[in-house]
Amino acid sequence: MLRWASLTFVLLLAVPVLLGTAISILPAFGYLPALGGNQLSLAPWLDLISVPGLTHSLSISLIAGIVTPLISLIFVFLFLASASGSKLDNWIRRLVSPLLSLPHAAAAFGLAFLIAPSGLLSRWISPGISGWERPPDLLIVNDTWGLSLLLGLIVKEIPFLLLMSLAALGQVNPAERVSMARSLGYSPTISWLKTVAPGLYPLIRLPLFAIIVFSSATVDVALILGPNLPPTLSVMILNWFNDPDLSYRFLAAAAALLQLAVSLSAIGIWIVLEKFTAYLWHRWLNAGNRSSGEILLYTIGRFGMPLVLLITAASLVALSINSFSGVWRFPASIPSSWTVQHWANAIPELLIPLTNTLFISLIATASAIVLVLSTLEYEHQQGKKSTMAIWLLYLPLLIPQVVFLFGLVVLSELLQWQANLALVIFGHLLFVLPYVFLSLSGAYRHLDPRWIQVASTLGASRSKSFFKIRIPLLLAPCLTAIALGMAISISLFLPTQLLGAGRITTITTEAIAMSSGGSRNQIAVWAIVQLLLPMLGFVAALYIPRILWRSRTGMKEIQ
Amino acid sequence: MTTAQLELQDVKISIDGLPLVEIDCTISGGEILTVMGPSGSGKSSLLAYIAGFLPPVFESTGKVCIDGNDLSDVPAQKRSIGLLFQDPMLFPHLSVAGNLRFGISSREKNKNKIIETGLKDFQLAGFEDRDPQTLSGGQKSRVALLRLLLSKPIAVLLDEPFAKLDTALRREQRKTVFDNLRNAKLPTVLVTHDHEDAEAAGGTVIELV
Repeated sequence: MLRWASLTFVLLLAVPVLLGTAISILPAFGYLPALGGNQLSLAPWLDLISVPGLTHSLSISLIAGIVTPLISLIFVFLFLASASGSKLDNWIRRLVSPLLSLPHAAAAFGLAFLIAPSGLLSRWISPGISGWERPPDLLIVNDTWGLSLLLGLIVKEIPFLLLMSLAALGQVNPAERVSMARSLGYSPTISWLKTVAPGLYPLIRLPLFAIIVFSSATVDVALILGPNLPPTLSVMILNWFNDPDLSYRFLAAAAALLQLAVSLSAIGIWIVLEKFTAYLWHRWLNAGNRSSGEILLYTIGRFGMPLVLLITAASLVALSINSFSGVWRFPASIPSSWTVQHWANAIPELLIPLTNTLFISLIATASAIVLVLSTLEYEHQQGKKSTMAIWLLYLPLLIPQVVFLFGLVVLSELLQWQANLALVIFGHLLFVLPYVFLSLSGAYRHLDPRWIQVASTLGASRSKSFFKIRIPLLLAPCLTAIALGMAISISLFLPTQLLGAGRITTITTEAIAMSSGGSRNQIAVWAIVQLLLPMLGFVAALYIPRILWRSRTGMKEIQ
Repeated sequence: MTTAQLELQDVKISIDGLPLVEIDCTISGGEILTVMGPSGSGKSSLLAYIAGFLPPVFESTGKVCIDGNDLSDVPAQKRSIGLLFQDPMLFPHLSVAGNLRFGISSREKNKNKIIETGLKDFQLAGFEDRDPQTLSGGQKSRVALLRLLLSKPIAVLLDEPFAKLDTALRREQRKTVFDNLRNAKLPTVLVTHDHEDAEAAGGTVIELV
């Protein structure tokens, strides 16, 4: 039974992703019998090449794929180097999980409302500093070169990378390494960069690759913040895919394959950069300088992370104000009247998407937690770490979503499956599963083995040990994993959109659909609902164990 | 209570082909075999082997028998071999009574009565609803011992059970544990660093190197 579940786990991750990718190749070469494509041809590629602005779109995808991880990495490493052990460090560590749970779309909307020409920032500096009496005629959001897209991605990927780094740090004994270097006369930030960074980097390489792929192929953030004419490659694919003229499917398939190539090229370029940096690092280490650059690196590290937090916080303020604002003339920094009308209007429309969102995320997360727990329990009972490679977990994050989801849609149409809720939930499961596993496996494997040993010497069967001892002891990490799984599901756009054929609406798909044409107030309401849901999950995950174990003081030490 | 005999027949435990422990002996009911040796000498592996949860990275030959029944293929939870660690390992999410009840066989009818009597015998009367974490070190150790006894083991393993107690408490707890195990006529394997433990146990002492 457990063996079966852990096998399902592997198959679930590998088969749909690889099969989906493989199948998207067929229509790219003109083969899709359902649409009359009966023989292989290069026509879709010729069409693709002649699309105006393609080079521009490609460059933006590629730039986003490299600059986002690069800046995120610099910020995270310099922060850890300069702030480890400080008050700021403790404070930020506590904020990482809620920040991570902030859906991409809500964060992107907030950022748009902050930096747009008539946004909060521009109002704060007008007319006093800027002299603007009316919103400046500047294309800030949706700018041609994707700078606002980059900013939106960086602000969201930094918490992810920070969380991954914090989880891996324990394995490299940072405190010992730093004190060793300090005793040899190196200044603090330099010590960290010279001794801890080289040990930490290999441990966060896969998450970095996931960031590269996500940034180069994001659809939802690009729809909100990215350039419009032409949009990024990923958005083009979605547009062609959704075109009522089904013959655009061939073009979309070719573009999806190109997207895969772009994302893989971004990884390739990153690997070259790695080699180059390793060479420079080596020279820097050998040079033996102990403190040159300390002040600059320290300053960037200390101020970079609070800046990111400040941007996120200001984005949330922008969302909140917009959701309640009545009349709000430029350049007034706050509305001259307030209203709950936007909320009142939204409630009837929210009901169905909200129910769908909760239903999909609950079922997908429940399935994921059962599979993950079975896999971990099987691994425990076998007494050895499962042979499942860690890269397999990352597979759905290492292949652009738009590529393999496209293939899955083609497959489901070939099999004549109607787009339905089950298919959407299955799509969500692919993304929820890795996060639930990554979040829970550490706590599961590190639970003192003597607890279960004592239970079995007391005659408890395996299932009694599991349900009566292991699950209660691991309740807090289990709930956190569930909250994270639900947060991931709630924020997903593309799987719902593609596998649901646009007929199944969630808070996220509806909010993003409003990005073209919706009013700011309306968008703000939906974005707030979207970000409150995961937040509530994390609050529940935090307080349920505290309430349940309020008279069991020993439970604090377990966690 | 039945008195059983624990036999370790030609037990050899090794890791990566390197032999760790070789032992061949019989422990009769009420006898305490002491196994001594430095850290890494395989003392704990021997206990894990007898209890039935030796990790698969170890190789083992020989067998463990109780009253002539070979336990090699019996899973840990069906061996009826009790175990005490150096930490009391009271389940932190259960009350004192919850911890005791966990070990009592489901066939037992009047569990509450058994628990009440047990606690009284161990100078813990009225402790049923206490949070284990609020107990003193000595009280925790006694609950752990009571939990083990109420699960009605037919043999017992002690993994440095007194190592974390201070000197006075150690003597007292040692006496409580040994007296109870002898009274119950349980064959016992004690693993320890402490020569006083070995003397108090009074049985055969095996030194591992």
